[in-house]
Amino acid sequence: MNTEKLTTLAISDSGFIFDPSTGDTFNTNEIGVKIIQLLKQGKDFNELMDLMIEQYEVTEEELEADLLDFIQLLKNYHMV
Amino acid sequence: MSKAIYVKPVIKKQETGKMNKFGSVFHRNYRDSIDGVKINDIVERYGSPVFVISETEIRNKYRQIYREFSSQYPHVQFTWSYKTNYLDAVCCVFHQEGELAEVVSEFEYQKARRLGVPGNKIVYNGPLKSKASLKIAFEEDAIVNLDNFDEVLRAEEVARSIGKQVHVGIRLNMDTGIYPQWSRFGFNLENQSAYDAARRIHMSKHLNLNGLHSHIGTFILDPSAYAIQVKKMIDLRRTLETELSISIDYLDFGGGFPSRNKLKGTYLPPEVAIPNIEEYIQAITSTLTANLLPEEYPTVYMETGRAMIDEAGFLITTIEGVKRMPNGVKSYIIDAGINILYTSNWYNFKVELDRPVQGTYENAIVYGPLCMNIDVVLENATLPPLPKGVRLILSPMGAYNMTQWMQFISYRPAIVMIMEDGTIEQIRRPEQLEDIVGPEFVPEKLRQFSL
Repeated sequence: MNTEKLTTLAISDSGFIFDPSTGDTFNTNEIGVKIIQLLKQGKDFNELMDLMIEQYEVTEEELEADLLDFIQLLKNYHMV
Repeated sequence: MSKAIYVKPVIKKQETGKMNKFGSVFHRNYRDSIDGVKINDIVERYGSPVFVISETEIRNKYRQIYREFSSQYPHVQFTWSYKTNYLDAVCCVFHQEGELAEVVSEFEYQKARRLGVPGNKIVYNGPLKSKASLKIAFEEDAIVNLDNFDEVLRAEEVARSIGKQVHVGIRLNMDTGIYPQWSRFGFNLENQSAYDAARRIHMSKHLNLNGLHSHIGTFILDPSAYAIQVKKMIDLRRTLETELSISIDYLDFGGGFPSRNKLKGTYLPPEVAIPNIEEYIQAITSTLTANLLPEEYPTVYMETGRAMIDEAGFLITTIEGVKRMPNGVKSYIIDAGINILYTSNWYNFKVELDRPVQGTYENAIVYGPLCMNIDVVLENATLPPLPKGVRLILSPMGAYNMTQWMQFISYRPAIVMIMEDGTIEQIRRPEQLEDIVGPEFVPEKLRQFSL
């Protein structure tokens, strides 16, 4: 997964995202910010899973489905 | 160290210019029970999906509408429109409340008789009545409303064959200012076809015209259409009395009152767009009392169906799969398809969850389980991120789904009724293989094959 585009986005701690190349703005939540930060650090899917499971009260099954869905959305928004 | 609370990740593009300037009526979007019975308990006992009907809601609605009407016009008799929902248990509730049966086919007539409704307490409508069914209806003194000239001739032939002079009504259609105008049922008023039919029946030795029936449409959103209908029927009644000495005993105003369902293509929520039932009743009763002397009051039959039952019905269904479509739209797969949700063709159902779910709401498509591209139950539902296993409670569901549903690909589910005392009764069991293959026959020469 190419996460280069993520490094060009302006992301606030509260989850407001600005894409300077298109002018588009997005809103995400705390977990969304966390995932984007980890992706920007170059973590792959399995690493994301491990880190998140360690930190959050969530089952592996639910997290996997949510991560797949979230990354799909990032693809739809041309962020990854 | 304890772990942090997990909330599903969401991301949403900000878009301008798409605000709804009318806003929307807020309603709590989750319920964990129906009439005090837990959704979980219902599903544990009867599975998912399962239709649920509230006896209390049916009775309350009937009593509210009847009280409203009868307090303004004394000679009113409600008739239960079987086609709206002819489950035996539902019909029995209405008959216990005092409604006659309104049927539109031989099958419905037989169903009503089987439940113990006497023939003379059945209103028999419909555009096609067989000779056999007319014979029984006439022998049992049912209230029969004729639809067309051929049916007048058929009725006359049947009456002659049983050597009886029978009472009949005629069905009318007319311009009441609504669009589309329903013109396929009955005789047209404006082009004199209704008058001609009355005169023809009056000439018959075997038929006696004593009623006028008209059903101006369905899901009528303008109560004033009923005032026009009633006035036109009163005028025709007067004309028939003065010019042909025909005495009309009853006027039957059909149905057409809307429920609190949201028609597709409508912008405003039903709470705003749909007039109160009282306004419809007021339009009818005030026109009756303003144009008739008390000694002239005919019996009025009201065939209200949808408005009586729709809000008493629910479908509990379960999210079985979650998918992101290629265009980014969230989609869910539930265990109930459009084959059992006939009214999903024209309604956007109210959607409630069985639990509060945190997260940002987004537009989603809800698909049924059929292997058909058209199996879309909700085209544009605004839902929080739902995990597998969440139950959706869809409503109003009481009208037409349980009569127009069709068996397709899988079995039709159970229907349960929550009784007034809080108990649950299964009023239709889930289908099983024998229910479906029972009427089939395989020719002997096709039985053998080897694979």
